[in-house]
Amino acid sequence: MTERSVTISNRAGIHARPSALIVQTASKFPCKVWLEKGSDRINAKSIMGIMTLGASYGTAIRIVTDGADEESAAEAILHLFETRFEEE
Amino acid sequence: MEEKQITVLDLISLELKEQNALDLHCIGGRAGLSRPIAVPDINRPGLPLSGFFESFAWQRLHIFGRGENAFLHRLEEEGNTESLRKFFSYPVPACIFTHNLTPGKSFFEIAEGSGCPILQTDLASSELTSRILRVLSDLFAPETTVHGVLVEVYGIGILITGDSGVGKSETALELIERGHRLVADDVVEIRCVNGSILMGQGANKIIGHHMEIRGLGIINITNLFGVGAIRDKKQIQLVCSLEEWDPDKVYDRIGVEEKTTEILGVRVPTLEIPVKPGRNIPIIVETAAMNERLKKMGYHSAKEFNQNILRWLESESARAVYFNRDDYI
Repeated sequence: MTERSVTISNRAGIHARPSALIVQTASKFPCKVWLEKGSDRINAKSIMGIMTLGASYGTAIRIVTDGADEESAAEAILHLFETRFEEE
Repeated sequence: MEEKQITVLDLISLELKEQNALDLHCIGGRAGLSRPIAVPDINRPGLPLSGFFESFAWQRLHIFGRGENAFLHRLEEEGNTESLRKFFSYPVPACIFTHNLTPGKSFFEIAEGSGCPILQTDLASSELTSRILRVLSDLFAPETTVHGVLVEVYGIGILITGDSGVGKSETALELIERGHRLVADDVVEIRCVNGSILMGQGANKIIGHHMEIRGLGIINITNLFGVGAIRDKKQIQLVCSLEEWDPDKVYDRIGVEEKTTEILGVRVPTLEIPVKPGRNIPIIVETAAMNERLKKMGYHSAKEFNQNILRWLESESARAVYFNRDDYI
């Protein structure tokens, strides 16, 4: 189980395009990937889950991975957040 | 994970309809709307108002009906504010006045001074009591989110689970096409009501009923199939777990033994359905729903079939014994 914390730094929050990027990245890894916002936990390999999470600018998100390759999966997702999903 | 805290503002801003509506509005102490509600219970504050504070359940919501309000006005006339001051020295979450009653000026001053919100409703005290207890027990019900699709098939709430890409959404789409209803796709929020009923609904009502189908993208079910194809919430009565066909695994062939999944401490009947190209999963789910209804009506197909087999075997062996008797004429 690997955990990373991140704050959403792109102004538009997680809308369709960032969600698709997260799902694409998460699906490359065999491990389980979740995103947590407060007490909600959703599967990061499901696009509807990410979009309906309602993650707006400034929201604190926890990335949780579990299984084979969990370290690199967490890093890859974290990288997406840190590069603001190649936006702005 | 962090615990959610319920505040007085959350209670007021709940979207409740018809027989559940609380019709609460704030008439004073607005700053106190951020006060948390810690227990799902109410109190009629007759005793503390008359000065008796032993075992005072201040953590609860306090409901002031006609009697309490008349007493408050009497206290106001007498200029007696001692018990009120003591009452508000506790961090009371909120005071609710029924029948659209309004307390006197001194009540407002003391309550607002202590930061306690004052709410009003046009409901009668007994009606508000029963509604608010129902609403609070719903709010405080244990909650979890599950990755899956919740559909209503022939009146049975079926939670379809399985790994990403196994075909949950496609199965649900075919079921909708056949006239069944979608409750939630992908993220299902489940609450355990009354300790035994699992209520499932979509994570976000504002976003509505959408589905993601690979190759199509996101589609709006309400617009495509009409309001008849959707439902806001539904009790989960059956879990269908879809999984890739594993040739080494033994799947249930008879159905006499019943598997269950535990969600929030409630056991739900579960079917493991292996998926393989050419298998029509929606029709299996549909049949499972009908079979579940039969079981609820007291008819268990697999058990009944087995009983018949046993009865037949018994009569056959009885016949054999009878015909093979040595003293048979």
